[in-house]
Amino acid sequence: MRGLERKDFILLAFVTAIALLAPIILNPFPADSPLAQFNAGYPDLMQRFAIYGIFAVGFNILFGLTGYLSFGHAAFLGIGSYAAVWMFKLLTMNVLPAVLLSVLLSGAFALIIGFISLRRSGIYFSILTLAFAQMSYALAYSVLTPITNGETGLQLSLNDPRVLDPVNTSGSLPFPSLFGIKMNAVAEIEALGRVYQFPAGYYFCAVIFLIAFYLSMRIFRSPFGLMLRAVKTNQTRMAYTGLNPRPYTLAAFVISGMYAGLAGGLLAAMDPLAGAERMQWTASGEVVLMTILGGVGTLLGPILGAGFIKYFENIFSKINDNVLHQWFSFLPDGMEDFVVTILHPFVGKGWHLTLGVLFMLVVIFLPGGLIEGFQRIGRLFRRRPKAGKDDPEHHPKPAPHVAE
Amino acid sequence: MGILEIKNVSKSFGGLKALNDVNLSVQENTVHAIIGPNGAGKSTLLNCLVGKLIPDTGSVTFEGKSLLGRKPFEINQLGVSRVFQTPEIFGDLTVLENVMIPCFAKRDGVFRMHALETVLREAEIREKAESVLSDMGMADKLHMHSASLSRGDKRRLEMAMCLAQEPKLLLLDEPTAGMARADTNRTIDLLKDIQASRNITMVIIEHDMHVVFSLAERITVMAQGTPIVEDVPENIKGHPKVQEAYLGGAH
Ligand SMILES: Nc1ncnc2c1ncn2[C@@H]1O[C@H](COP(=O)(O)OP(=O)(O)OP(=O)(O)O)[C@@H](O)[C@H]1O
Ligand SMILES: [Mg+2]
Repeated sequence: MRGLERKDFILLAFVTAIALLAPIILNPFPADSPLAQFNAGYPDLMQRFAIYGIFAVGFNILFGLTGYLSFGHAAFLGIGSYAAVWMFKLLTMNVLPAVLLSVLLSGAFALIIGFISLRRSGIYFSILTLAFAQMSYALAYSVLTPITNGETGLQLSLNDPRVLDPVNTSGSLPFPSLFGIKMNAVAEIEALGRVYQFPAGYYFCAVIFLIAFYLSMRIFRSPFGLMLRAVKTNQTRMAYTGLNPRPYTLAAFVISGMYAGLAGGLLAAMDPLAGAERMQWTASGEVVLMTILGGVGTLLGPILGAGFIKYFENIFSKINDNVLHQWFSFLPDGMEDFVVTILHPFVGKGWHLTLGVLFMLVVIFLPGGLIEGFQRIGRLFRRRPKAGKDDPEHHPKPAPHVAE
Repeated sequence: MGILEIKNVSKSFGGLKALNDVNLSVQENTVHAIIGPNGAGKSTLLNCLVGKLIPDTGSVTFEGKSLLGRKPFEINQLGVSRVFQTPEIFGDLTVLENVMIPCFAKRDGVFRMHALETVLREAEIREKAESVLSDMGMADKLHMHSASLSRGDKRRLEMAMCLAQEPKLLLLDEPTAGMARADTNRTIDLLKDIQASRNITMVIIEHDMHVVFSLAERITVMAQGTPIVEDVPENIKGHPKVQEAYLGGAH
């Protein structure tokens, strides 16, 4: 494809195939099997994979390339959601204008917040972004209630003008759609004795995700991306090479803010609600975790991280004591109760504990993130017969590649 | 009138007068060496030229334009490049990428949003970077991770980065420190070649007298923040004031 080297093209083709076939690939277990609860191929979760994938991919353009760690990117997620819901209220239920406004508005906010925060670097930059996000949260929660509807959150109502849409006579709330295709529509196809569901909303998100991923790939391979990596490694040298690091970092900040806004807009397009809690610092922290967990500065890592966290959030929070008892019913009664008691804090509402443990394990054993784990496994299989005998310590360190 | 004119420049750090009323004129297309004992203020003087430090008093002009108050990247874009005393390179990037960056800076200026082009397809930039690197004798190390280079190679890489910009004025702060004799000689030859083949003015700070006397057309001796002698190399060697500065400075 235009502007991609072979290796990147293969990567893109691979990601595209997975994204488009997700409803099949992510549902390996038949609905009546006890393992069906581990399936991930239902609309709500697949949408979140794509949306948080966009969020993390965008975050990685800032954090992965320039090394500037923002702790406030959820602000842009929230701004994107509010913008989209307002478009649904005022203009039309079509998702395209909504998502467009999300991107533009969060880009404008990112320009202001970035301009100020980027006057500092390192921990001071992180604190500034965090402060801005918490300020946005506080504003959305109380002061700006006329715009954000405060703690209730912004919702659609029957009285909304929706100037471009025909008058709604059905008496029920409309749902976001793309030229008549409702985002909650699902096409069901029966094959191989199973029923597969192809949700419209997911496919809309997936296509946008693929475009976003392709653009991030282009940025990684561009001279602009090279400059961003230069910012990360030595700003002094950059300045004495006749380059001003500031506009480069600001551009990266705005781009990643727009990605976050896009993700926020899509969240609202899938479920037309926007609440202040979407801007909270925990949400900002989550995207940091996703990126680090998957592999900072790699193309695929943030997507893996987003998928990993959203999947386990979903699975572990569904498991309750009853499920645990079922699983361990083969044990003698006393043992069963004991095991369930031990596991109890890690499931259901306590799934963050599990995430914390997984995160620590990854950071300690795979500093390069999950992607490093996959690379190690890949190398085990691909190892050339002779290479095994060489002492790896005596090889010059190969240049780290931003891909893979 | 020289390409670089330094007039009455002073700089203090607290009570320490690192530069004390420095006057220096560097003529176009010459190699001008600055020597002097440790702590004489040589690096501080360079810092005042490239925008890292602002002198307390005095003026610095390059091609008639004042450099004071300009940012480092602006001064660089005027045609002044600097090799640092401790190499400043892009450690995470490959050797080739390190040199491509100054090539982009030369072509595109301080900032350009070239986000949808592809580095690998910038054939001209790449060829230029490769040719500078092969001039430096680093053609076999293009794809090495630059942080893993030897100290001498890091210096050579930094020099390549500066040369890739085709500067009018090249400032070199101890370019051969930490190099083996053979590498030092290679660097001398290389700097001679560059000097012969391009219009370039060099200011070189160096402790190694072999390097200084092989390259310099004029030498300024500094001690305690002030130039004490400036002359052609032949007259510097046995100059009594120079002997005194070095012996006095070295205790
Ligand atoms: N940023 C600074 N803050 C305080 N003092 C400084 C600073 N930079 C330099 N100095 C002091 O100014 C004096 C001159 O330092 P400078 O680095 O210019 O010497 P030099 O001639 O380059 O020495 P060398 O040959 O060791 O590199 C020294 O006494 C040094 O300690
Ligand atoms: Mg010095």
